[in-house]
Amino acid sequence: MHSTDNTLFKPGRRDFIRKSGLATLGLVIGIDSTARAFNITRLTESVTPFEVSPFILIDVHNNITIVNPRNDMGQGTIHSVPAMIAEELEVTLDQVTIIQSDGKAKYGPQTSGGSSSIRTLWLPLRKAGAATKEMLINAAARRWDVPAQACYASGGKVFKKDSDVSLTYGQLAEEASRLEVPREPALKQRTDFRIIGKDLKRKEIPARVTGKAVYGIDVEVPGMVYAAILHSPMIFGKVVTIDDSDTLKIPGVLRVIRSERKMIHCDTDSVAVIASNWWAASKGKNALKVQWDHAGLAEKLHTDTYFEQCHAQVKTEGINHHETGDFKRKFDSATSRLDVTYETPFLAHVPLEPENTTAHVRQDGSVEIWAPIQGPGETLPDVARYLNIAPEKIKIHPVLMGGSYGRKAYIDFVKEACFLSSKLNVPVKVLWTREDDITQGPYRPGMLSHMQGFIEDGKITGFHHHIIGESILRQVFKGLADNEADPWMGEALGEGNNKYRFKADKVSWTNVKTEIPIMWWRAVNASNLGWGQECFMDELAHLAGKDPLTARLELLEDERYIKVLKTLAEKSDYYTPSRQGTGKGIAIFRSFGTICACCITVSVRDKAITIDKAVSVVDCGIYVSGDTVKAQTEGNIVMGLSAAIKGGIVFKNGICQQSNYHNYHIMRMPEMPAVSVYVMENDEAPGGVGEPGLPPVAPALGNAIFAATGIRIRKLPLDLTMP
Amino acid sequence: MAKYTVNVNRRRYEVEAEPDVPLLWILRDYLGLKGTKFGCGIAACGACTIHLNGNPVRSCQLRISAIPKNSEITTIEGVGATVLHPVQQAWIELQVPQCGYCQSGQIMSAVALLEKTPDPTDKDIDSALAGNLCRCGTYDRIRKAIHLAAGELKN
Repeated sequence: MHSTDNTLFKPGRRDFIRKSGLATLGLVIGIDSTARAFNITRLTESVTPFEVSPFILIDVHNNITIVNPRNDMGQGTIHSVPAMIAEELEVTLDQVTIIQSDGKAKYGPQTSGGSSSIRTLWLPLRKAGAATKEMLINAAARRWDVPAQACYASGGKVFKKDSDVSLTYGQLAEEASRLEVPREPALKQRTDFRIIGKDLKRKEIPARVTGKAVYGIDVEVPGMVYAAILHSPMIFGKVVTIDDSDTLKIPGVLRVIRSERKMIHCDTDSVAVIASNWWAASKGKNALKVQWDHAGLAEKLHTDTYFEQCHAQVKTEGINHHETGDFKRKFDSATSRLDVTYETPFLAHVPLEPENTTAHVRQDGSVEIWAPIQGPGETLPDVARYLNIAPEKIKIHPVLMGGSYGRKAYIDFVKEACFLSSKLNVPVKVLWTREDDITQGPYRPGMLSHMQGFIEDGKITGFHHHIIGESILRQVFKGLADNEADPWMGEALGEGNNKYRFKADKVSWTNVKTEIPIMWWRAVNASNLGWGQECFMDELAHLAGKDPLTARLELLEDERYIKVLKTLAEKSDYYTPSRQGTGKGIAIFRSFGTICACCITVSVRDKAITIDKAVSVVDCGIYVSGDTVKAQTEGNIVMGLSAAIKGGIVFKNGICQQSNYHNYHIMRMPEMPAVSVYVMENDEAPGGVGEPGLPPVAPALGNAIFAATGIRIRKLPLDLTMP
Repeated sequence: MAKYTVNVNRRRYEVEAEPDVPLLWILRDYLGLKGTKFGCGIAACGACTIHLNGNPVRSCQLRISAIPKNSEITTIEGVGATVLHPVQQAWIELQVPQCGYCQSGQIMSAVALLEKTPDPTDKDIDSALAGNLCRCGTYDRIRKAIHLAAGELKN
């Protein structure tokens, strides 16, 4: 039985699991998410330890529970988010039970995404912790008839100063719950942090190395059946006929039913094989003979055609996102200039755990869902609308994700399980194959960057990034007019993210439409745009006869950027001349509130390029866990390199040409360079961590290859075998 | 359907299954040992790595009927069942896992490597772990953790 309550981990030596469900008096501090303004408020509903109110619950038995509203996909929010509460509440993480929020509206937005977890919860969660602590202190002060200033909180207790007298939070909870909630509780100074900023060991790691951690795929509920789903080979095909005669002969197969896949912007047909075990279901799926109507799809789903259309748009002007200094006129008359294109491919997320969900839509109209998803809070109302069931009747159990990188924020697979269970009225576990995952999308879009720039008096003064390709905002959300520059794309290169000071600067946009389904992928638009932006900086630096790092420093006034680049130079021995046949390349990019610079060293051996070393420097402002920042940046180096040197997703005549890890490759151990990551120390507001490490990786590699070989590569994926 | 006897983690199981069911699904869906993971189904990712008589094997490719009689199978649940294996301890010490989904397979490959090669070079690690994908990108920490575990095992 692997069905779980939402408990992620609990303190040792105490049996916290009591299934009685009795209401327990206690102090519940939450954030009034209905106001969307994160006001601190007392929640009036009655609570039990198992029907938890937002974020902090302390019961009279001194059980302290923290709710984590950002599900973990490996980025460490299971630990780093509760740490912000624990810090201000003055408890250790060993003293608390951490549970995952279940999607209910009272928890507010609950999507792990956009590298936003720490950034957006930094103040609200700390305030919730601090307010709770203040109420507990006030309760103790009353009990002892002393001023609050004569008391302090530490380790889950309130102490009377200069005495041995103390009370546990549990002993104070009931009394504290009757007190006024402080609106603006005092927050701790950074120098007083005991948890934030330290390299604390993640408490769920032991479960992840012993096979005990429960991922979506591991969920089992009584009476469940398994589903394998045949999706259209051309994604949007319509089912014409189904011959399931061979399928139904397979032992274990129970039935075959037509199913549907709800994508955000359209629906597709599919056929589900239901069986008593998943292996039988997948065998049954392979034995299905389905005739599909694929009219028009061979032409529509074809990556070569898409990129040809993108290249055809290079001659056009595009729509300006922003422009300063009359770029076009100056470029036209510039004597020393460059005009080139950079290309990035479509990519799949390929989390090691394929898409899966277990759902039970009961005849009484209640629904229970166990799913590895990035956004339970967004999934719940979405599923409610889809099933036409009141949100109160839906219970979501967000389960650990075995990787996601954006994919499991897209819940087509959750709705498949809901659809099938609503037809069968038994719990259904849908599990995709790797082939489903790779051939069905959605994908990171392929893009073209048309780059123009010029130099004057040996300095880079003009820079234009013309972004050409499909837009998530247009294709998926239908939110982009034809005469409008994609604001999300433009923002990735906008004022906040691009600190180079050019005399003439321009970002423009041309939309090339495709029906190849696209969506978020780690670092989203920055993952495409960093390639053209930072390789072209290198090209212009060389045109100006300057060292690429020095040329960048000349264009920067922002102190944080300058410090990051100088630290990178130091940590990577950048200015030490490279040996013959080796080269160093750098790139710097800001995304999701964080600056990351990367230096890659390559060498040429036996007519092949070896990636020897990658050094990244991250400025994410104040961080919660330094080791998590490092781990995420290390991971981004690997994912960025995979995106640079491994084949992309190619569609030919309607069919995705990649289907599994044998033809959609990602980096493997033997290709792994030495990596080191340095995290800048400062008091700036927290930035994102999950994604900003990725955008500078590919351009750093491209620039390193140029440094080692003199060959400028402008199209990804690149081939490490020399011509 | 046929009856099979399998020895998993020093325990004997009687299983009634079709002969072509891969050991991966026997472990997961028949025996409830969910630590072994499904990632690709074609032996390309290593998430389903187990030990068959001490050798690392992709359980997604091993049909129940093809398992030699009296074989000893070890899964992640059988590694460090009483006390954590030094490889697992090193994984915790260096905080290797991110999502952790591939780590059962990585650990099974690492444990098998160290049994045959107690003091592995980076090259030994590269070839022993080449079949284990990690999308989160923990390879550098895996490499360091194997060296750390090797040192612990020597002492």
